[in-house]
Amino acid sequence: MTQVVGRRAASSTAPPTPSATFGGIDGRAGTGGASGPDFDAIHRSPEFTVLRARFRRFVFTLTALFLLWYLSYVLLAAYAHEFMATRLTGSISVGLVLGFAQFASTIAITTVYARWARRRIDPAVARLHERAEAGR
Amino acid sequence: MSVLAQGQVGDPVLNSVVFGAFVVITLFVVYRVGSRGSSTTDYYAAGGGLTGVQNGVALSGDFLSAASFLGVAGAIAIHGYDGFMYSIGYLVAWLVNLLLIAELVRNTGRFTMGDVLAFRMRQRPVRAAAATSTLVISLFYMLAQMAGAGAVVALLLDVHTKGGQALVISVVGLIMVFYVLVGGMKGTTWVQIIKAVVLLLCVVLMTVFLLGKFGFSLTALMEQAAANNTKGEKILDPGVQYGATPISTLDFISLSVALILGAAGLPHVLMRFYTVPDARQARISVVWTVGMMTVFYGATLIIGYGASALVGSERILAATGRENAAAPLLAFEIGGTVLMGIVAAVAFATILAVVAGLTITASASFAHDVYANILRRGKADPISEVRVARITALVIGILAILGGILANGQNVAFLVALAFAFAASANLSTLLYSLFWKRFNTTGTLWAMYGGLGSCLVLVFFSPVLSGAPTSILSGVDFHLFPLSNPGIISIPISFIAGYLGTILSRDKADPAKAREMEVRALTGIGR
Repeated sequence: MTQVVGRRAASSTAPPTPSATFGGIDGRAGTGGASGPDFDAIHRSPEFTVLRARFRRFVFTLTALFLLWYLSYVLLAAYAHEFMATRLTGSISVGLVLGFAQFASTIAITTVYARWARRRIDPAVARLHERAEAGR
Repeated sequence: MSVLAQGQVGDPVLNSVVFGAFVVITLFVVYRVGSRGSSTTDYYAAGGGLTGVQNGVALSGDFLSAASFLGVAGAIAIHGYDGFMYSIGYLVAWLVNLLLIAELVRNTGRFTMGDVLAFRMRQRPVRAAAATSTLVISLFYMLAQMAGAGAVVALLLDVHTKGGQALVISVVGLIMVFYVLVGGMKGTTWVQIIKAVVLLLCVVLMTVFLLGKFGFSLTALMEQAAANNTKGEKILDPGVQYGATPISTLDFISLSVALILGAAGLPHVLMRFYTVPDARQARISVVWTVGMMTVFYGATLIIGYGASALVGSERILAATGRENAAAPLLAFEIGGTVLMGIVAAVAFATILAVVAGLTITASASFAHDVYANILRRGKADPISEVRVARITALVIGILAILGGILANGQNVAFLVALAFAFAASANLSTLLYSLFWKRFNTTGTLWAMYGGLGSCLVLVFFSPVLSGAPTSILSGVDFHLFPLSNPGIISIPISFIAGYLGTILSRDKADPAKAREMEVRALTGIGR
């Protein structure tokens, strides 16, 4: 474990807490570069690179999946009226079941992502925070 | 003429009492929790101190506009399955927020969408573009809400003269401005929370009652709905509203795409992510919103079909407010004047709360992006910035009142879908590019925003929404060139392509150090 997070200068940047005390000081976002944590060092660190790759792979895959699934459903509703109107039981049609399947998949993706982020992202982010703090 | 005009349905006095109770309770809460602090963080972001759950419920409150509640239930009651497509689009849209937007936006910005977009770009032009888009979207969205207010007033208070409705709209607008000025973001948030909880309870109770009435058989409910709808069995399947011609089918696809991509670009939704302390709480917010949305939009199907089954499509279309009257009429059918009063008051409260959320967003964008960062070049002191925000809120409130009075009774329901198309075209592309594409630069941002916004405006101007169709706003003239009512399917790709071309064709280079800093901040929240 090498030292990855250095410091450029003495800091006046507030720690990432919900405290509102620093809220009124500067009106702009993202202009604290020179006196803040060393973002370049964090960006270069293997921990960050791995975290970014893991995050992008996961969310891009899930996004592609749900967009594809939603678009297929919309196209079916737009062009495959016969198929969507097929009755399964009583008045319950394929269209209605697929519609509720969109609800179910939304809940499923939300649950999966929230659980994954809690286990795979939050601890890694917390470690990067500790280093950024320790580097001060 | 209409059932309501004959005064057989609902009791204006009772309705007023229920609505009055809502106003008194929320005013009390706003007064108690309202931040008297004058810092920008207090006013714009509730001090960043809301919990994920509170913010999630408030997000539902912000998102469930009158269009969602009255509009979707009415669309299902009249058009059946095609109306249900709105429910699905509005719900699935939250996955874009959950996966790509909420946490990253929370970590990179402080108060407005402009914070994220201008992070590594030239501040002034990008903030000007972000503010323009925020103001345009918020005003369109607000006008749609306020225009519906007149119809709800007629329904709720039995006020049928234009003058009387104008008076009520003014009073409502003033209450809304008061929420924003006294409560800031924190007060507005609590209005949203109270409204969202009452709305959801109301909707769930109606759904359970309806299901019980039909022996918990969806088939029985749907058969009755089809029997009492002039379109019969067809309402149970797709195609009633949009299936007539190839063009209307394409319009339907365009609308569906705009719905799921638009939610993540709505400025008043984005701004809510700044009210929580960290990215994890932003994620929890969206998880809660998804939960509440699932229940709500699932219930709209039952309520919509229930309204068709128990009230019937002919009576709904004959009532004041037409489609929008489906839910209140159904409430009267199952719970008498008391439930009707509650539902109508909740609908009214919904308009009030959503307009308050839009007002604080628009005023924040003007004060923070235009005043503090463009005019004062980031050197404005927070006290004067908040003062500018409050004055802007007052001006926007007055504009909303005037707009509501002028647009009263106009066919402006398309404005909400249009606001979604604007948000998807101008904001989503730029947000995604700046979060995920290192080379994206100032020129790309400007091309994507103005390209998306501009193509949307032009396409709508030459669409059947404005002229050339029986439902157009302008009758008697026909200058329509573009066949679709919703421009999303064209303008969203235009915005993405313009952003790409602007970036690779321009000579200005992205700032690589800033891009690295933004990546680190977005993912970890370090430095905020």
